Amino acid sequence: MTPARCAIVGSGNIGTDLMYKIQRSDVLELGAMIGIDPDSDGLARARDEGVPTSPEGADWLLERAGEFDIVFEATTARVHAAYAPRYEAAGLKAVDLTPAKVGPNVVPSVNIDVALSGPNVNMITCGGQATTPIVAAVNGVAEVPYAEIVSTVASRSAGPGTRQNIDEFTKTTSKALEEVGGAQIGKAIMVLNPAEPPIIMRNTVFCGLAAGYDEATVAKSIVDMVAQVQEYVPGYRLKSDPVFDDGPYATPAGVVPARVIALLEVEGAADYLPSYAGNLDIMTAAATRVGEAIARHRGGAS
Amino acid sequence: MSGFRLTDSTLRDGSHALAHQFTEAQVRAVVRGLDRAGVPVIEVSHGDGLGGSSFNYGFSRTNEKVLLRAAVEEAEHAKIAVLMLPGIGVKDDLVDAAEIGVEVARIATHCTEADIAPQHIALAKELGMETVGFLMMSHMISPEDLVEQAKLMESYGADCVYVVDSAGAMTIDDARARVSAVKNALTCQVGLHAHNNLSLAVANSMAAYEEGVDQIDGCTTGLGAGAGNCPTEILVAAFEKSGVHTGVDPLAVMDVAQDVVRPIQPLQGVIDRDGLLLGYAGVYGSFLLHAKRAAERFGVDTKDILLELGRRQVVGGQEDMIIDVAVELEREAAAAMAQQIQDH
Repeated sequence: MTPARCAIVGSGNIGTDLMYKIQRSDVLELGAMIGIDPDSDGLARARDEGVPTSPEGADWLLERAGEFDIVFEATTARVHAAYAPRYEAAGLKAVDLTPAKVGPNVVPSVNIDVALSGPNVNMITCGGQATTPIVAAVNGVAEVPYAEIVSTVASRSAGPGTRQNIDEFTKTTSKALEEVGGAQIGKAIMVLNPAEPPIIMRNTVFCGLAAGYDEATVAKSIVDMVAQVQEYVPGYRLKSDPVFDDGPYATPAGVVPARVIALLEVEGAADYLPSYAGNLDIMTAAATRVGEAIARHRGGAS
Repeated sequence: MSGFRLTDSTLRDGSHALAHQFTEAQVRAVVRGLDRAGVPVIEVSHGDGLGGSSFNYGFSRTNEKVLLRAAVEEAEHAKIAVLMLPGIGVKDDLVDAAEIGVEVARIATHCTEADIAPQHIALAKELGMETVGFLMMSHMISPEDLVEQAKLMESYGADCVYVVDSAGAMTIDDARARVSAVKNALTCQVGLHAHNNLSLAVANSMAAYEEGVDQIDGCTTGLGAGAGNCPTEILVAAFEKSGVHTGVDPLAVMDVAQDVVRPIQPLQGVIDRDGLLLGYAGVYGSFLLHAKRAAERFGVDTKDILLELGRRQVVGGQEDMIIDVAVELEREAAAAMAQQIQDH
């Protein structure tokens, strides 16, 4: 099959890291890296990689939309919300790494199919990519009335976008715990840690368990899911076996008799930012995975 | 005239010591007593601030909005305050608090992360609330670095910026240096929130007063996270004896401490080894009860958990790391045991 022709809009941390991952893909061909600042590090690195660049923003892409199949949006929610209808009208499939939430939430290991139909998918948040698979895994074999996650990232890996939008992070991730994870009620907490050397991204998932669950089945489902995520995020791992605690716990979705805790670490591939920035890595790795699924689907269909 | 403004946080920081189990009746009784004694500001929230009710920090027994409504109803003169940590609570929580009648919003971040707070401070101001920037774990950075973060809080519109000794780790010199540096650099007010792990909370508050501090926090009987807070009734008595008027009736606040708060206080203000270790190792005070529980659950020593948390430079909010450390210590102990058996 011919690789799908891709463009990245946004030459910041996310866009630049994504560039290296797409460059390694057999089914994606990076045709352009588009920014708004000709002097940005991202565009300079794209030129070094031999990728065509433009500092003229998404309009540049729309002028030659016929040359591309997929656009990866790594700008801001506002830019994406403005351009999403125009991408669609131009026949470009959009993989959105901003919190614009134009399209449905996608997590490769849980619901990759939503990316195959429709013009636009949203990658949620880094914390959402790291934690919703676990909630979905538990929810697949037990009833999860309430799920909660704590996502801790190194201060140095949280750019101004994250810092200005910390409410959006927690709200978007909470919602994904429900919509993608399957919990009745979700809650997300985000913590920034300034320790030096920087800490590797950590995520802790708590799932309230309704009566009638089987501990071994729940644990196995979590472990299997971790292996599935590892296929596209090699640095994603459980720090220990899942921990089961007896309650009762008075969660917002009612009293549950027990909970399971998954302690996760995400070490990045260090494509652009150092390996502690697993938060960056899991977003771009998941987006690449989604792009590849779209490319294969197109390839199969044509 | 009052030398500084006192905020009593029994019903917020004290919530940690009660594992967030305050009842509406308790909140009403404490607010009534403190209000009548002349305490000008009373803080009410989950220990980890609005939205803190969770697996990670402990679920509240009573919805904090119910508690806030009760507090606002009981207070005749005192302003009711809330604490809110961006990343845990959200802006909607501030809107709800303002609607209930809360008049002071205290926005808390780790001492190096002030720049996650501008939207929340701006919103609180917009809602007509007095706003405090609350720099937690201030012992972890130098006075110079703290000044930079305090300036950010001021630039977002905070009416007061607090030096917060969340771990009770500051010596008198530490507290003095930070308060004086921030006070000299800012035009807005400056506050101190002290914990008592080193038995220095009152002394540090008095040193801060000498450096010109405008606001000081206490908790009645010291009820609070870790080894407890600066005990309000002792703070008031000590200041009055030094000729500094607090605006609070010392005898009335002693009565509240003895008759209202002491009966609901689980640990009688004892600074045990674990409490002292928090201050000595500079570990976030709220971790104490969670660490004790994890130690019991996994058969390891609380002391070892706290020291490892200190080594990892864990910050407020990372209660999940207590479980992580306990599991790791349990595994290490099991491995050591297996090795021992093999050696014999």
